[in-house]
Amino acid sequence: MDLKSFIDSPCEWLKATGPDHDIVMSSRVRLARNLEGYPFSQKLSKDERKTLIEEVKLSAQSSTKLKNAFFVETQNLNEMDRRFFVERHLMSVEHANNKDNVGLCFTKTESVSVMVIEEDHLRIQVIQSGFDLMKCWKLIDQVDNQLEKKLSFAFDNTLGYLTACPTNVGTGLRASCMLHLPCLVMTKQINKVLQALSKLNLAVRGLYGEGTEASGNFFQISNQSTLGQSEIDIIDGFEKVIRQIIDNEREARKTLSEKKQQKFFDQIWRALGVLKSARIMTSKEATGLLSMLRLGMDIEVIKGLNRKNLNELLIFAQPAHLQKRKGKTLNPDERDIERATLIRETLSKVQIV
Amino acid sequence: MKCSVCSTEDATIHLTEIVNSKMMELHLCEQCAYEKGTDIKQYFNFSDLLAGIADKDTVESSLSTEVSKCSQCNSTFEDFSKSGRLGCPHCYVSFKTSLNSLVKRIHRSTKHIGKRPKKVPGELKPQIELRKLQEQLRILVEKEAFEEAVKVRDLIKKLEVPKKKVKKKNGS
Repeated sequence: MDLKSFIDSPCEWLKATGPDHDIVMSSRVRLARNLEGYPFSQKLSKDERKTLIEEVKLSAQSSTKLKNAFFVETQNLNEMDRRFFVERHLMSVEHANNKDNVGLCFTKTESVSVMVIEEDHLRIQVIQSGFDLMKCWKLIDQVDNQLEKKLSFAFDNTLGYLTACPTNVGTGLRASCMLHLPCLVMTKQINKVLQALSKLNLAVRGLYGEGTEASGNFFQISNQSTLGQSEIDIIDGFEKVIRQIIDNEREARKTLSEKKQQKFFDQIWRALGVLKSARIMTSKEATGLLSMLRLGMDIEVIKGLNRKNLNELLIFAQPAHLQKRKGKTLNPDERDIERATLIRETLSKVQIV
Repeated sequence: MKCSVCSTEDATIHLTEIVNSKMMELHLCEQCAYEKGTDIKQYFNFSDLLAGIADKDTVESSLSTEVSKCSQCNSTFEDFSKSGRLGCPHCYVSFKTSLNSLVKRIHRSTKHIGKRPKKVPGELKPQIELRKLQEQLRILVEKEAFEEAVKVRDLIKKLEVPKKKVKKKNGS
């Protein structure tokens, strides 16, 4: 598949709009669904995989939300393409690493997507920019209804939608938000927040979901319990917790600006200095420094860059995106040079206020 | 916070799991997490969690009454304990007692409230009905209520017959 057209096309969830988009980069809701009459993903035979992918493809084509969507199968993708989709948050690491053929369906704006044969047969996903989980839910509910017209989902009257792992049974719904919490990290309150979250049965992960660590002050927070509450109640309760974290982060930003202004601003300006000058930069260093730059824009001590470009930079500076852009395979050292160049070019007009 | 393994580097990876409503925490720096990668996996091995979460007595006693293999996909409950994944939707029926206890501890509930498929697929209805009747029959036989059991058995036969006919037609 030719991914060239996607390199510069900004995915919609990066556009930095929607409520509280300075702290909540994106909101996401996913539904786990399995087809009746097939074993779960791990036990599918080669023939079953083929017919299952075909069945999902047909139902997507006959739905209004997904009829114009792209449908790719990993047997036609090389490793770099797969990594590209992981960086775009369209594939999970597990899905991309599957040795057998698996499918992926996604719309042009990349806000609606379906992983076919992940842990469950279908993982339907909707991502939106900013803090707007209800919007995600309304959209994914429609997509689910449309897919259901041609597919028979495994469902039990008591347990609800049946999933490969009992942790997802019931609604099969996971709501998550990607939060940028630099000041809760700086004021060392983050561990308290994380502990409180685990008591509330919420999970914290890194930028790329399951199996990745939190880095650069970005935290993906999601609900764990999927049974015993309606979809709306799950989302409602989850939103209330996220709202509190947003408020705490805002409070911490205010305190730092007022009480430790010089030291606080200095960290941001130093980060800008390094980003504008460095010739070699690792992915980890870039994420950390770009986090500081993002904060600098939020508290208005930096000018000359829009949020969308900054959000995109976090994705475009990732390994597969750098290589796709350059049109060839780069070793890690070459990538670090390429990354530093991309960042310097993008930030050429950025200044201290 | 310093890494709990080397205690020199700052911990950037924080793992938290709840087992038996007790919180277990592990704070690691990137290097130690990388080196200890496999350890962490084992530490948070699903089967350990499962053993921690599920009430052992319930699981053991139910294992003796429940079938050892799922009739549709041949998975065993042990397979599930190892991989954390069930074999097929029917596993929820085959290992009902053990799974219900587990589900209750994970979600603090065993009853789905929320969205339902708009249509119950044509094929699904008799299947669901059949499962219910088989369960009834099992209970009745246990109770030695044979008169009622015969009635239920006849109902099961009725449901099963049309299915077989269809199969024969397809075969010829």
